[in-house]
Amino acid sequence: MDTAFLSETVEFTGHHGDLLEAYAARPVADDRRGGIVVIHHLPGYDRATKEYVRRFADAGYDAVCPNLYSRVGRDVSPDDAAAAVRAQGGVPDEQVVGDVAGAVDYLRALPTNNGKVAVIGHCSGGRHSFLCATALPLDAAIVCYGGLIVGETPPQLSSMVPLIDRAPQIGCPVLGLWGNDDQFPTPVQVDEIERALERAGKTYEFHRYDGAGHAFFYPDRDSYRVAAALDGWDRIWSFLRTHLGG
Amino acid sequence: MCTHDTAVLAVSGSAKGATGWFRATDASVYFDHPVHALADHTLNIDVRRPVDGPAARVALELTAASARELAQTILRVLDAHPQLAEPG
Repeated sequence: MDTAFLSETVEFTGHHGDLLEAYAARPVADDRRGGIVVIHHLPGYDRATKEYVRRFADAGYDAVCPNLYSRVGRDVSPDDAAAAVRAQGGVPDEQVVGDVAGAVDYLRALPTNNGKVAVIGHCSGGRHSFLCATALPLDAAIVCYGGLIVGETPPQLSSMVPLIDRAPQIGCPVLGLWGNDDQFPTPVQVDEIERALERAGKTYEFHRYDGAGHAFFYPDRDSYRVAAALDGWDRIWSFLRTHLGG
Repeated sequence: MCTHDTAVLAVSGSAKGATGWFRATDASVYFDHPVHALADHTLNIDVRRPVDGPAARVALELTAASARELAQTILRVLDAHPQLAEPG
């Protein structure tokens, strides 16, 4: 059965009370359901990420993606905004946490929210999903091939540090989806992340795919791996049903 | 992965962007995911004039082999005219 949903640009405040734009998609029905924050990747608030937002709404969740590059300006194309942010050294981790907190608050304030909110991110967004799981009150976090959670971070990005030592601070179940051909993170680094979660006594499940590398969910890229992506989506739906309901 | 690794430099010259020519002042060089090129990672160059806003930009996304060939060609062409290519 099709799920009718509304998608639109919304606004709320993020880090330091800054006004953010965000792309939201919400089922039209007025039943109670969970919400999910989709954290965009380094290339920005782009079409592919917005398609993920709509996919979650189609599955029955309220979904929103905050534009982490809102401060660059309105009516700026996502790639131009990403280039400007990159030239400025990227977005600091604390700013990302503040912006995602605004998105979480937006979802919790919806009359349809059942009190539960998850986050998901791919690539750099996967790292940010892990980061937010350590810092925000969440019900679930999904990390898709998040790089730089463990290992050295670029020296010119002083605000970006490895996150692995923060595993004990994670406050929600974590779903990790990884490609065994990925180099960032490597399977050995994924092992390290898994050990950190295990040592910290966290609830998590990891799924790793042979024949898949980085960005295997991305249908418009050579990196797309249909079998891994379809199984990954099944894992996502199962994880969200368990932890958000619906 | 997103490498995040970006070199930035000041440049002097002009570039033609979406709305015409502009005086370029900055450039970014990075090896990371492309927006448009069909490769997992490309050598990306943004030639920019940030004072005119983020859209004052010319973007290149080149495969690693293409980028190396371009870089070597630029140096070869410059080296062929050392008396003209001296800063001054």
